Amino acid sequence: MWRFVARRLLHALPVLLGTTFLIYTLVFVLPGDPIQGLAGDKPVPPAVLAELRARYHLDDPLWIQYTHYLTGLLTGDLGTTFTGRRVSDLLADRWVVTLQLGLTAWVLEVILGMALGVWAGLRKGKWDDSVVLFGTTLVISVPVFVVGYMAQLVFGVQLGWLPVAGTEEGWPFAFLLPGLVLASFGLAYVARLTRSSLIENLRADYVRTAHSKGLSRRRVVVRHTLRNSLIPVVTFLGLELGGLMAGAIVTEYIFNLPGVGQQLFQSIQLREGPVVVGTTTALVLIFLLANLLVDLLYGLLDPRIRHD
Amino acid sequence: MTDTTRAPEAAGEAAEHPAPPDTVRPPSQERASLGKDAWLELRARPTVWAAVVTLFLMTAMALAPGILTSLLTEGGDHCDLADSKLGPSAGHPFGFDLQGCDYLAQVIRGTRPSLIAGLAVTAASLLIAVVLGLLCGFYGGWLDALVSRVTDVFFGLPFVLGATVILVAFPDHGLGAMILVLTVLGWTTMTRIMRSQVIALADADYVRAARMLGARPARLMVRHILPNAITPVIVVAMLNVGAVISGEATLDFLGVGLQYPEVSWGLQLNAAQAFVLDHPHLLFFPALFLSATVLSFILLGDAARDAFDPRLK
Repeated sequence: MWRFVARRLLHALPVLLGTTFLIYTLVFVLPGDPIQGLAGDKPVPPAVLAELRARYHLDDPLWIQYTHYLTGLLTGDLGTTFTGRRVSDLLADRWVVTLQLGLTAWVLEVILGMALGVWAGLRKGKWDDSVVLFGTTLVISVPVFVVGYMAQLVFGVQLGWLPVAGTEEGWPFAFLLPGLVLASFGLAYVARLTRSSLIENLRADYVRTAHSKGLSRRRVVVRHTLRNSLIPVVTFLGLELGGLMAGAIVTEYIFNLPGVGQQLFQSIQLREGPVVVGTTTALVLIFLLANLLVDLLYGLLDPRIRHD
Repeated sequence: MTDTTRAPEAAGEAAEHPAPPDTVRPPSQERASLGKDAWLELRARPTVWAAVVTLFLMTAMALAPGILTSLLTEGGDHCDLADSKLGPSAGHPFGFDLQGCDYLAQVIRGTRPSLIAGLAVTAASLLIAVVLGLLCGFYGGWLDALVSRVTDVFFGLPFVLGATVILVAFPDHGLGAMILVLTVLGWTTMTRIMRSQVIALADADYVRAARMLGARPARLMVRHILPNAITPVIVVAMLNVGAVISGEATLDFLGVGLQYPEVSWGLQLNAAQAFVLDHPHLLFFPALFLSATVLSFILLGDAARDAFDPRLK
């Protein structure tokens, strides 16, 4: 087991370095003046330009620039805003909201997605299977911001079941609707994945054996088939943490939740480059760490991967 | 191909078309190829036809927006601020946008960037995936190790987040730059699939046979491995077109994608967001066209997967 963990960690290190290097190169080294880009539409006075070039070490060789950037990231320095505030301070009290939203969405994906998938898979070819299949395809094709506005309009304004926006009602009530919207894409995907994986496994020899030795249908499905069917689903749910981070930008904006995503959206609108770059980098790092964690858990769940 | 390759090629040719075996098969049971089989199955599905018709309409709108707007609308080029945000009416089925332009005309004009982005990004990613997948899967070794690590790195950047961080640093980008960025972020999945397909096939008996008959690596890869490895990649590519179109619209909506005065569905949705409650038609129509396009590509991809995967039969 420890060898597996060590190998995964060694594997993750170049990915972490590579990804941060990629962001850095693409933002700061590609042709075009990054300072002008970060400043937006306003012209930059020469003195400010020189000061900024010095602050971002733009006149040093690339690898020194990158080392400065990386040490900054490691010490939690995500850069500063135009008004001189540290981006990490700006985000500090916003993480809670994003975490609550992300976890709500994730739990909804796990419970509803798997339940729908199992239901459809067990009733393959029947009318309710078709309804689930068609519904999930529809949800996957509608962009999340359209789903968001429609849900807000229907459940928030017209029916009045759930709060339209804001966090005044507290967790979990205020987070149910945005969580469902954020989860919609992944939920549909999980349902489809569970369904097809279950159908494939239900035809396996070991399932027939379990049936023929007289086990109840419930036991065959839950203990034997489902356990083997969930491996691709677990993989997707791990990767989905990153998708939720990206989706949170739109959802938090639509539902006016004061999280990291909303900050990112506002900074994009204000053309505040340093905040956008810093925030996005933080989200990408979280995504990578979550992936690493899932990878480790995955090895714990499935011995075939651990001993590979 | 130069003349020196002729001889082994001829040998390969002979290996591919051996003399017909003496088994007598009644003509009624003639075996169809996988491709023909799949085509027969695809043809029988109404969803496939619906998707094809939708995409045909979208392509027409992308190719000739001028003709369609003048056909379908009266005064589609004419904008009057007095008409701003008016809802659907008899002469103007989609109503008017913020600037008082006919919304049907605007939505038709918004088709082109979405379709171009989706197709161009997917085509470029597919090309990268096929070339890298073939080379890495076939040769293995240090090349494979290097490319796999690079794939891991790019795979670590989520689509929308990665595009946001890059595009924000270059405010003056057009559609070309967006296609480039989305390709840079989007080639990894297909490359991984292609590579694992090629690895599985490179050791197959028929490939070994061709190799022993003297076929050279290029020929092995292109003539023998590629046709058998490409199907799952094509399916993912079809699904990918939808994903890219959706992603491009999301970036436009966020304000990091195309910028005014370009016309695109994402920008129309961005403009609509402030007026959703009072003027839902501003949100509804571009969202309808966008979703229909994405849905069509997903349906086609799903259908192709079912048709080409013998395990699902």
